[in-house]
Amino acid sequence: MSATTLTAPPSLVGSFTPEAFAAHLASLPPTLPAWWIARKRAAYARFAALPLPSRTDELWRFSSIGTLTLDGFTLPAAVTSVPHAPSGIPQAAKLVFANGRLFSRQPLSAELSARGVIVDTLQNALVQHETLVREHLLAQPPKLGSPKFAALHEAFLADGAFISVPRDVQLDLPIGIFAYALGATAAVFPHTLVVAGENARVSVVEYFGSGDDTEAQFAAGANDLYAGHGAQIAYIGKQSWSRRALSFQSNSTVVRRDARVQSLNLHLGGRQARHESLSQLAAPGAFSEMLALTVAETGQEFDQRTLQIHQAPNTKSDLLYKNALRGTAKTIFSGLIVVDPDAQKTDAYQSNRNLMLSDDAEACSLPGLEIQANDVRCTHGATSSRIDPEQEFYLQSRGIAKEAADELLTFGFFEEVLNRLVNDDLHEALRTLIQTKFKQ
Amino acid sequence: MSSLVIHDLHVSIGEKPIVKGLTLTINSGEVHAIMGPNGTGKSTLSKAIAGHPDYTITGGDVLLDGVSILSQEADERARAGIFLAFQYPSEIPGVSIANFLRAAQQARMAEGEELDASAYYKRLYSKMDLLKIDRKFTSRSVNEGFSGGEKKRCEILQMAMLEPKFALMDETDSGLDIDALRIVADGVNTMRGPNLGVLLITHYQRLLDYIVPDHVHVMYDGRIVKSGDKSLALELEAKGYDWIKKELAATTA
Repeated sequence: MSATTLTAPPSLVGSFTPEAFAAHLASLPPTLPAWWIARKRAAYARFAALPLPSRTDELWRFSSIGTLTLDGFTLPAAVTSVPHAPSGIPQAAKLVFANGRLFSRQPLSAELSARGVIVDTLQNALVQHETLVREHLLAQPPKLGSPKFAALHEAFLADGAFISVPRDVQLDLPIGIFAYALGATAAVFPHTLVVAGENARVSVVEYFGSGDDTEAQFAAGANDLYAGHGAQIAYIGKQSWSRRALSFQSNSTVVRRDARVQSLNLHLGGRQARHESLSQLAAPGAFSEMLALTVAETGQEFDQRTLQIHQAPNTKSDLLYKNALRGTAKTIFSGLIVVDPDAQKTDAYQSNRNLMLSDDAEACSLPGLEIQANDVRCTHGATSSRIDPEQEFYLQSRGIAKEAADELLTFGFFEEVLNRLVNDDLHEALRTLIQTKFKQ
Repeated sequence: MSSLVIHDLHVSIGEKPIVKGLTLTINSGEVHAIMGPNGTGKSTLSKAIAGHPDYTITGGDVLLDGVSILSQEADERARAGIFLAFQYPSEIPGVSIANFLRAAQQARMAEGEELDASAYYKRLYSKMDLLKIDRKFTSRSVNEGFSGGEKKRCEILQMAMLEPKFALMDETDSGLDIDALRIVADGVNTMRGPNLGVLLITHYQRLLDYIVPDHVHVMYDGRIVKSGDKSLALELEAKGYDWIKKELAATTA
């Protein structure tokens, strides 16, 4: 072993070399607009120049830094099959991506297509709906600490989902998006862009999954949710990557006048999974409800960073993140509410609740407020608690064994979040998914 | 025919002895009432028998059908046939009564055996009809935001579903108005029969107007100091607990 390999600084690009980027560009269809390719090149240059997060970086406080790596990954080939992941709910349309490529689709009904609803790949949308895509795709700069991973995502984003619902069209059933990483060292860059026009209504369920839990994969994904005047978007993300995956996911939500966005992210997979979520309340009457549930097991670290920005008066945001920690799991929650000077009558909540199911688990919480208006209502808080021994005894006194009692109490702890969902089928499907992780 | 034998039981909380040598046998079909002033160890007795981890058994034994249950966890004791109706039942947010009772039923089945959901609901609804409980009740979270009367009815419903051999009813009458008390008592009386033994723990005689006991015991300072039939309860009501204290002082002096 040479001394240089021991002392050399970690590579700034790792597996994502200029050669890999060139090969990625070459693999894209020649029809893509030039501005997009130029953006990707600029993104790659930023990625290659930016350092990896460091221990002194405030936006990475409490995060494990030494386990972050860009090495050992490959841009995976196309596959011939994907795992079976029943969503448990009927869908208006479905797109299935595997290793960054469209694998299969269930198209929209002719009626919805005729009304102008679009559910298509980003590659197609970049050509056919260029203006709309250009306006909203990765339009918000990363603010939560991951400019390097955001740049990597933009550089290597091959394909993703584009959902557009025009003015006054309301979908009853959700759109399903599936993104799979398949292969032992696969690196994937999933993206979903949702644009809801004036008074449109749409719900999207996105599922992230791997082939099995031994695959040491890499994911740098993002989604953009844009709710126009009076629109309603419900977004559900189910992150179920391999237990050995390293995952960075970034959400950007823009809520316009009187619009409402509800997002619920369920975090189950990954060895280290960071989720950054930004909600911008851009016009009066805007409301963003940010929900998350995490089941963290031994060997897993979930890192959640959130930002609620109130840019206009009479806006509301309500964040509730709940984590259940088992074994030696670790979770980090860092949230900030920012109220701009003229955002009077802001109503903002932020709550992080941790249920410690083990003495060896670690939950870090950093709730924060930055208020520049004087007539606002903002509350924030974080708690960590154990199973209440009286509740546990109550369940045991009915014959339920301790382990099953704790499980039941944990599901009860999550119900407060699941109950916020208006769709009962979704509620049930998510509950099943959580219970499945517990049974493993 | 089952028996619950409490033999010379001593129970402490921390270092403090609370139950100090209590002996009592309950056979199925019998209803025993334990009465006594506050702080005399009545609730401690019931929780210790049910297996609450905060209570330390320092002596004696509790036998269910001849087998000591003291080394068993609370859930094992429950599955063996002990039921504790709590004075202050816990609130369990996010867990519906239906799911809770289902889990309790599932716990009584063999590994790998699945509960027949339709049969379970049929049985649940028939018990609820018997206890005059609205079916909407089942989708509410266990005890969350319940009135005192609703909590006690929820306890009785659980008891009806789990069909224990012995029910320990800890101050079931506390916090109940007369209508709620009547409903709860009706429920217990409906279940009363040759397969159920009941230990009623109460401070007041009032409950015993509705659930008439076969035996009445007076507990004082961690022991049973006097036993009799239902007329003892009436005597206590008339004379108060000071009478017992004086009588006890006279015999030990």
